[in-house]
Amino acid sequence: MFHTMKKGYYQPEDLKKFKDITNWSPELGDKFFEYYNAVFKEGALSAREKSLIALAVAHVVQCPYCIDAYTKDGLQRGIEKEEMMEAVHVGAAIKSGAALVHGVQMMNLHDKLSM
Amino acid sequence: MVIKSLKARHNPLSDTQEQLQYLENGIFQSGSLPKFKDKLAQHKIEALRPNALKILQLNLGYMCNQVCAHCHVDAGPDRKEQMSKATLEHCLALLERLPIETLDLTGGAPEMHPHFKWFVTQAHKRGVQDLIVRSNLTILNANKTFSTYPQFFADHHVHVISSLPFYKKEKTDRQRGLGVFQRSIAALQTLNTLGYGSEGSPLKLDLVYNPSGAFLPGDQAALEHDFKKALYEDYGISFNQLFTITNLPISRFLEYLIASENYEDYMTALVEAFNPAAARAVMCTNTLSVRWDGQLYDCDFNQMLDLKLQSPIGHIKDFDAQQLQERQIATSQHCYGCTAGAGSSCQGSVV
Repeated sequence: MFHTMKKGYYQPEDLKKFKDITNWSPELGDKFFEYYNAVFKEGALSAREKSLIALAVAHVVQCPYCIDAYTKDGLQRGIEKEEMMEAVHVGAAIKSGAALVHGVQMMNLHDKLSM
Repeated sequence: MVIKSLKARHNPLSDTQEQLQYLENGIFQSGSLPKFKDKLAQHKIEALRPNALKILQLNLGYMCNQVCAHCHVDAGPDRKEQMSKATLEHCLALLERLPIETLDLTGGAPEMHPHFKWFVTQAHKRGVQDLIVRSNLTILNANKTFSTYPQFFADHHVHVISSLPFYKKEKTDRQRGLGVFQRSIAALQTLNTLGYGSEGSPLKLDLVYNPSGAFLPGDQAALEHDFKKALYEDYGISFNQLFTITNLPISRFLEYLIASENYEDYMTALVEAFNPAAARAVMCTNTLSVRWDGQLYDCDFNQMLDLKLQSPIGHIKDFDAQQLQERQIATSQHCYGCTAGAGSSCQGSVV
């Protein structure tokens, strides 16, 4: 019995199989999904705010599954495209800031080593 | 932007058989997705059967001043079908005979029916508990004649249920046509002035939200909160409840799904969101839908697919409550639209 597999990474239909990770490690899988579902419940932050944070993080970690999931989630919640794009920019700004702030390290070392 | 009905465009999908072919074949024929009946069986739900009739929904005709991109009725200014006075009289006779709680008038734009005011007056006299008119709002400021309708509604304690796809202009106009949002806002403000939608007022004003695209509606309570906040802050508008309605793959929404290559993904999303609790509470169990020519259907969606009642009784003139009670409800794959997530009905989510 052979298991066939599509060539290439990131097949959109694989997102639907996400829950299958539980099959090979039920205890850890169940714990993860229980935690995941609890995180996204209405809390000190609204579920809507959490959805936008998830969308921003999805872009920063460059997870196509997460981008699909939280774009749809945003549409269902009535989140507007301008809000979604601003969230993506927040993620991008932190990511580019995180790269740029290392410039200080470069400057520090440059100056330390220079006469 | 859609500017004409499928019928006026001679689009093959204006033929209900063509639509049913889509719903019966393809992914449902190949077994990629289970048919609705099989899904019910998987959840040990027998064929859907009616409970006591509570809601009589009359489709007064398909004429409408708008041509919305998602319309499951394929309504528009070119549609001439309208209920005859004789059929309206059959409906009134039924109101006298049966303990029907809700009379739900829809279309098209029901206000465009030539006997609309006469019929509402007659139904009101017969003491219907909940007399609903599904208004697209823009008809209420379409011309001088229709601008008298909000006062007429108030005088006859009409419960107004209005479509407003979103609380912002762009999404609303994209789905319903340019300028629709501003005119809808003006009509809502007029209704508010007459006492509609304010707390404690007997004049009920509910809004209907349906997604502007190939995705399912979100949580009804959360969306109602957002709608209420935005409409009040931006326009001073109040309303009672927001009903979220899932778009069913019928008529122009089906056309959109196919043309945008979203049909299979959308149907998959509906099937995956199947909720047995919603299936047990679907509106067709307490509703009957009457077509402009007096033909009876299990719901307005079955009417648009011409999915006939599975009963020897087919026409309102032959109405027999007991015989109708014995029927099975006719289903196809569009029914997944009413059973997805929290469910969907003409009164919003069901669970």
